Amino acid sequence: MLIAGAVWLLGNIFDNLADRGIASGFGFLRSTAGFGISTSLIEFSEASSIGRAFWVGLLNTLLVSAIGIVLSTILGFAIGIARFSSNWLLARLAVIYVETIRNIPLLLQIFFWYFAVLRSLPGPRQSHELGGLFFLNNRGFYTPSLSLDAGGVAILFSVILLAVLAILKRGQKRVVKLCAFLASGLFIFVAVGAEFSLPELKGFNFSGGMVLSPELVALVIALSTYTTAFIAEIVRAGILSVPRGQIEAASTLSLPYRDQMRFVVLPQALRVIVPLLTNQYLNLTKNSSLAAAIAFPDLVSVFAGTVLNITGQAIEIIGITMAVYLTISLSIAFAMNVFNRNTALRGTSP
Amino acid sequence: MQWTRQNLFSSWGNTLTTLLILAGLLWALVPLLDWLIVSADWRGSKRVDCSSGGACWVYVAERFDQFLYGFYPEEERWRVDLMAVVLLGSLSLFLWSRVSGRTATACVFLSLIIGWFTLTGGESSLPPIETRLWGGMMLTIVLTVGGLALAFPVAILLALGRRSTIPVVKIFCTAFIELWRGVPLITVLFMASVMLPLFLPDGASVDKLLRALIGVSLFAGAYLAEVIRGGLQAIPRGQYEAAAALGLGYWRTMYYVILPQALRHVIPGLLNTVIALFKDTTLVLIIGMFDFLGIIQASLNDQEWLGLAAEGYVFAGIIYWAICFSLSRMSKGIELRSNTHRV
Repeated sequence: MLIAGAVWLLGNIFDNLADRGIASGFGFLRSTAGFGISTSLIEFSEASSIGRAFWVGLLNTLLVSAIGIVLSTILGFAIGIARFSSNWLLARLAVIYVETIRNIPLLLQIFFWYFAVLRSLPGPRQSHELGGLFFLNNRGFYTPSLSLDAGGVAILFSVILLAVLAILKRGQKRVVKLCAFLASGLFIFVAVGAEFSLPELKGFNFSGGMVLSPELVALVIALSTYTTAFIAEIVRAGILSVPRGQIEAASTLSLPYRDQMRFVVLPQALRVIVPLLTNQYLNLTKNSSLAAAIAFPDLVSVFAGTVLNITGQAIEIIGITMAVYLTISLSIAFAMNVFNRNTALRGTSP
Repeated sequence: MQWTRQNLFSSWGNTLTTLLILAGLLWALVPLLDWLIVSADWRGSKRVDCSSGGACWVYVAERFDQFLYGFYPEEERWRVDLMAVVLLGSLSLFLWSRVSGRTATACVFLSLIIGWFTLTGGESSLPPIETRLWGGMMLTIVLTVGGLALAFPVAILLALGRRSTIPVVKIFCTAFIELWRGVPLITVLFMASVMLPLFLPDGASVDKLLRALIGVSLFAGAYLAEVIRGGLQAIPRGQYEAAAALGLGYWRTMYYVILPQALRHVIPGLLNTVIALFKDTTLVLIIGMFDFLGIIQASLNDQEWLGLAAEGYVFAGIIYWAICFSLSRMSKGIELRSNTHRV
């Protein structure tokens, strides 16, 4: 019966595709795109192939997710810990933040930041500025940029990687190591001849520097503030899961509050926090697909939006899009499981 | 006095924090309240009535009916009101301890079926009303409640299937759940609106709202299934053994013994899924439907009322917040009550 049903469905699909004159298969990926994309990490023009448009969309999705994950983790931990502050006002403020943000739909928040805040900013001539380096107006957020050749990029990335490894590796003088890496990185940086470029107002718009589009800024702000609220709740739950005796013992050793948090409470809380954090990172990545609503060219908006309208190959395109998200979800879950195993083991050895 | 000293000014750092926060609040709240309430325009019926520079609530008041009912014909809106009362009535049966959970569930499902036929019309004396005219808060509730009602039976079967001892069933259910949980809702909605028509034979078509409902319920079903599975895992082995000792088969064991206990355990989790789904229904605006947020978004492009984005979003935010916040309080209340009952 199941097989008969499947055959019937497949028959319907082929009939429908034939009726609408849609070719099946993945050949469409090689044809020329014929449309432009506003924000792109790699070179893209109307003459590029549709396959390349896919990579542009995917990279944009990953970019937004990566920025969002970093920001929301930092803010989430800060606000989660603030809920335990001895300052009543600060603790209340943290509660209000969490309860407000997480009870309002994310899409509404994206719209708010995009249409009500960023699009109604003044034009380039009246932009808000910060120290002549950063400019904010209705065309986007302008920051100074670094121009690097390929070698410079490679060195920069390896320095960042080493710094991250140095932080993760438990050592006595983490801070010293980190500073050493940063200093050497900066040295190499200057040595390879990196150039700073500042945004400048020329005529009606800015030139030089780097511009983040209003769509990108709105999406990043909304995604990270939204996920922050959920991460803050997770951090709170993690801290509450540490037995009171641990904190009392730490106070008996007359550890100051900061050290109690850093050496006693947080390391134990992390064991509860990390698996739940994984879910939030996955949610953030999946939520970045709401970019389609404000036309930020992420995977869904480029591929399941523009490309689908042009080619009409619904099955292949939706299939690829879903497969990509599944792959991202499964790999983040895998990476966090590895990290989780490392944090879980630490408690047993000194 | 004692309290302020302890909680706000206990140390230098603490005092500094307090003062900084107070300054920040003053800086942010005063203009905000001024815009929201003091210098806002409350009275009038036209765009020109909003001249004070504060928020223009005239626009919300003028459009309020549309925000509630979408484009549902005005003379037929009593149907929506009536069905809202029926739905609320049947939902409140859950709070009445003399009615069993099974009866209440049956009543809710019955009222949903009646509601669907009343709202669409076409039978007897009610003129038919196409679902593309549905919109506003009404559509949001139809999507949430309808999506959940379709998802719930599927979710129970999936949760049972994932704990099944038959490998084929177990693998199928696990893969099905993980598939929908691993992709964003928006791709599911795209799939439902673009791909579903391809699966059907020539000439047959599925209503757009129904397609969205199918997408929403597949997605919600996977999440509900995981919540229910959590409840199933909390049931001690002895319950299964006792049911087996009474000679109950698999389905009867589940229906009479396991599920009633498991579902009661996870009521807070179920309510959290409801809240998440309620917020997620806003995504249907991307596939061109006018739910509560969708209709507000559409009305912002009205030539007569341009430039009122902030008012529209603040109003939508307040309504969504009020509903989600009260649901989450309810979930917390039930959680606390059920904890005290447990031995």
